[in-house]
Parts: sequence; structure tokens; C-alpha cells
Amino acid sequence: MHLHRSHIYGVMGEFGDPAELIHAVEKIRAAGYRRVNAYSPFPVEGLSEALGLKRNMVSTICLLGGLAGGIGGFLFQYWVATSAYPLNIGGRPLNSWPAFIPVTFELTILGASLAAVLGMLALNKLPQPHHPVFNVPRFTHASSDRFFVCIESKDPKFHLEECARLLQEVHAHHITEVSDD
Amino acid sequence: MSAGQPPMDSPEIRRLTPVIGPGHTYGSVTDKISAIVLTRPTSLGWYIGFLIAFSVMGMMTVAIGWLIIKGTGIWGINIPIGWGFAIVNFVWWIGIGHAGTLISAILFLLNQKWRTSINRFAEAMTLFAVACAGIFPLIHTGRPWMAFYMFPYPSTMGLWPQFRSPLIWDVFAVSTYGTVSLMFWFVGLIPDLATLRDRSVKKPMKIIYGMLSMGWRGSARHWHRYQSAYLLLAGLATPLVLSVHTVVSFDFAIAIVPGWHTTIFPPYFVAGAIYSGFAMVLTIAIPLRKAYGLEDFITMRHLDNMAKVMLATGLIVAYGYFIEFFMASYSGNKFDVFLVQQRLHGPYAPFYFALILCNILIPQLLWSFKMRHNVVVLFLMSIVVNIGMWLERFVIVVISLTRDFVPSAWGRYSPTFWDWATFIGTMGMFVTLIFLFVRVLPAISIAEMRELVAETSEDEK
Repeated sequence: MHLHRSHIYGVMGEFGDPAELIHAVEKIRAAGYRRVNAYSPFPVEGLSEALGLKRNMVSTICLLGGLAGGIGGFLFQYWVATSAYPLNIGGRPLNSWPAFIPVTFELTILGASLAAVLGMLALNKLPQPHHPVFNVPRFTHASSDRFFVCIESKDPKFHLEECARLLQEVHAHHITEVSDD
Repeated sequence: MSAGQPPMDSPEIRRLTPVIGPGHTYGSVTDKISAIVLTRPTSLGWYIGFLIAFSVMGMMTVAIGWLIIKGTGIWGINIPIGWGFAIVNFVWWIGIGHAGTLISAILFLLNQKWRTSINRFAEAMTLFAVACAGIFPLIHTGRPWMAFYMFPYPSTMGLWPQFRSPLIWDVFAVSTYGTVSLMFWFVGLIPDLATLRDRSVKKPMKIIYGMLSMGWRGSARHWHRYQSAYLLLAGLATPLVLSVHTVVSFDFAIAIVPGWHTTIFPPYFVAGAIYSGFAMVLTIAIPLRKAYGLEDFITMRHLDNMAKVMLATGLIVAYGYFIEFFMASYSGNKFDVFLVQQRLHGPYAPFYFALILCNILIPQLLWSFKMRHNVVVLFLMSIVVNIGMWLERFVIVVISLTRDFVPSAWGRYSPTFWDWATFIGTMGMFVTLIFLFVRVLPAISIAEMRELVAETSEDEK
């Protein structure tokens, strides 16, 4: 168990229950570790708080996408109706803005939705075909019925034996090191 | 509901009619749902059903091929009835496509836990219904290869779409709805695709599901953003659902044709869309839970709730019919009065009375608890409502167009063989897609079912 720090991604422990997972994460963070991540088969309530995750950027990106879609969509229709392809219909004003509202609305929703989804994927750095955690054979259970905690080797406090001991203290099963290749 | 009963979400009611069968764990829901896709052998029934549906879809392909060769003259449409089956079927399908996103988005925002086991296939149904709907206006243009003219693009002719036209609004509404529904469905699928990737044994399956899941690993940091994105999508899809059928109703309401030019159309179309959408969800859910033994996940509580939504939206639709009558009579506009009389006494009166029977009278049986808990009755009722909602669109399109302002512009409409072949063919396409979907993707959201297991086990503590 004496690999050099750069060859391992971290140490991983397994839990059978979301409550145990949250308890473990709280303990590990209380011990001063910061590069900690948890893996679960469904979003666990309270896990983000336990990991100290802050508000994320998805909603801001979504707002910007919506504004771009809405303002861009309206201005585009305005430009088409008044200068690119003006049609005089019974002398009515070219900028017949109430008629542009439905398309403006739809484009606002389209822009915001695309931004929310693509923004979420980009911030999560997905698609990402491979990740060191997949090297752990039991990690296939992370998508069905088991919960995992990983203390990453990038943590300044990281020490293999100590992290393994800490995971034992919080009653993790199958404590394994995660190789980094 | 009688006064003595406890409120709907009280623990007693939840125990009596649970949203998930007892004794399920994270592992058991994962096993049961993923097994349908991964390990369960494909049944003979699936092959037979798929073959029938696929043959019917083949008929659609032939009908559309013949249409492209000969032109829209093979249909029963002619001036003054330019819309006919194509638009009737378009509105019918797009209406059916409303339940999926409604269940996913609005019931999600309202924190209705019972939506969990039906949202996935309802969303799939939405996508397939929108796909069927999209075919009709496309081929109705007569020159479907020119359909890109409807999208704004810098053409060498310097031509731009007419943004004041409801038909262009429709293009934007339906394509936005299709795109957002697809994203909503796919985002919901990502964690389940990862489950399938991790549980599949065969290499090609691992690769396909692996690519589709994009390397999802259930990281807490990912879930954190995922939940934000999902909530935002739900919030965005909610007004979108309401807007789509509103815009579809504008196709009619903006015109000055008697029977179309009314302000009741947007809400009454939206209610009708939800009505027919829930009917179609029941039409699919009832055989699905039977065929795959999913009674633990799609419980009587789900069927009961869907029946109640149908009853409520059906009453709104009935109110819409009443207001159409009332406004026509009260306005004293002789064309509107004449149109109402034509509905009651004209050549298409049998359709109107069949519509009242299917959409208003028969569904009143749903007031009865016994009827709502009889699976066979619910299934038949859902078919009746589907037929009724199709008749509604037929009545709206055909009666108004055949009885315009002056008698010289009156006409008659009857569909031809090719009209029917295209319409029934799209049903084949819809069922084909449903068959493929339940075979290759999890028909119930596994990740959300695990959440439900976690929540129900907390409730019991």
C-alpha cells in the first residue's frame, strides 16, 4: 500500500445508506479535508450542504440564455419586419410588436432551456468517457444501491493510511485506493 | 370526496393507496426496472405487437410516398375545406403530446410524488406524439421539401418568414416544444443510462449505454448542478406547455371564420390537450403495467389520480363547449348563431353529438370511486376520450369551413382512403416507437424511484 501520491487519485469508502454517507462526509470535512467528493445513485438530500457546495452557476447561465433568446428573438423579428422584408399591410405600422410576442416567448424558453442543459453539462465537464473512480470494481454499484465517498489525493492533507483509517472510523466498507490511470 | 375522509396526502391515505408497493429497496427497484431492458427475454407478444405496429407504420410510409408523387389531390380536401384531416390529426396528436411534459414539469413543481413512476414513459409518449403531429403540417404544405422556408435563414432571395402569422408562431411553438421535451427527457435519462451501462453484461450494450450516459458517475457535485438544471427546466416547461396549445388555438382564433374567432379557444384548447394527453397516458399505462408486472410501481393510486385529472379537465372542456354556445347566442352575431345551429342540425350533427357523448357524458362515470378503480373501465374510458377529442377537432375544422359566410362558399368534406391510411399509419408509428422505447430504455425513472424509496422509508421512521 505504498504507492506514490501522484499514482493514486484518492481513497474510497462505501456505504449502504444515505444517512451513513452524510455522517461520513461531515466527519471527513470536520477532520479538515477539503478535496472530498461523494457518489450516490440518486440526489441525496443534505449532501450538498455536508460537502459545503455553494450556489451553482446553472441558474445564472439559464437567465442569460433566456435573455439572449428573448431580446435577440424580438430584435430579429423587428429587423425582419421593419427593414429586411417590410410589408405594408393596409398602412399598419411595420413594428407590429404585439404580433411578435408569441415567437419572442418561445425563443426565450428555448434559449433558457438550452443554456440550462448545456450549461449544466459543461460545468460538470460531461461528456467525460473515463474517470479514475471507474477503476474501482465495486463502483458499478454507485448507479444502483451503494453510496461512495472519495478523499482525493490532491488534498493538501492527503495521506493514504490516515485517510483509510478515517474511513474505517466512520464505518465505511470496502475501503480501496483509487488508481489514477 | 365525502367530508369525513382525511385529506389526500395524510399518512392514512398514503398507506391505503401507496405510490410504490411495500418492501422495495434501492437494489430491488433498480433490478426490477433495468431487468425489463437488460435481462428479460423479449416476449413473443412484444414481437407480434411490434410487427403489427410496424406494418401499420409501413402503410403510412406508402401513403406519404403516394402523396409526394401525386400531390394533396389524393386527399379529400378542396376549397373551401383546405384543412381537413391533416390539421385535425395535427391538433389531436399535439394535444396528446401535452400530458408528458405536464406530468414531468407541473407535477414536479407541485411536488406530487405520484408522478415519479409515470413521468418517463409519459415524456416518451409526448415526444412520439409530437413527432406524429409534426408530420401532418409538413405534408399538408404540399411541397414538404420546401418546408425549410418556414424557418428564418438568410436566403439568396432575401425572403424572410412573416412573423405576424399564427402559422409561423406554430412552427416556433412546436419546434421549441419538441426540443425542450427532448432535453427534459434526456436529462432525466442520464442517471438511468449510467445504471444500464454499469449493469449490462454484453460489450456493445455497455458501449452504447456508456456513450449515451456521457460518463455520468453520480458525483455529488454533478447532482448539485443536475438538480438545479432539472428544476429550471421544469419551471420553463410549465409555461411552455400552456403556450403550445395556446398558439395552436391561435391558428384558429386569429382567423375570422365563424366558430373559430373566439377568446375561449386558448384555455379550452389547453384543457382539451391535457384531457386527451392523460387519456393516452392511461391507454399506454394500463397494458404496460400488466405486460411487465409493474403493478407495484404504477399503482391504483396513479390510475385513480389520472382519472381525476381527466374528469377535471373534461369538465373544463365541457365548460368551453357551453361558452361557445352561450357566446354565439348572446352576441347575436348571425353567422355565429348559424354555425351553432349547423353543429346541432347540420350534415355533421352526428359527429357533434358523438363528441358530446364521448367527451362529456361518458366520462361522468369517473365520479364513481368504483369506476376509477376498475382497470378495464378506465382503459375503455381512455379510448372513448381519445375518440371524443379527435371528434372535437373534426367538428371545429370541418363544420366551420363547410359553412362559411355565404352559401356560395359552402361545401362538404369527406376523407379519402389516403387520409385514413395516413392517420392510422401515424398511430402505427406511435405504437412502434412505444414498443422500441420500452424494450431499450427504462420505462420508469430508476433514479427517481430510488429517491421515492428513500423518502417513503423516512416517512415510516
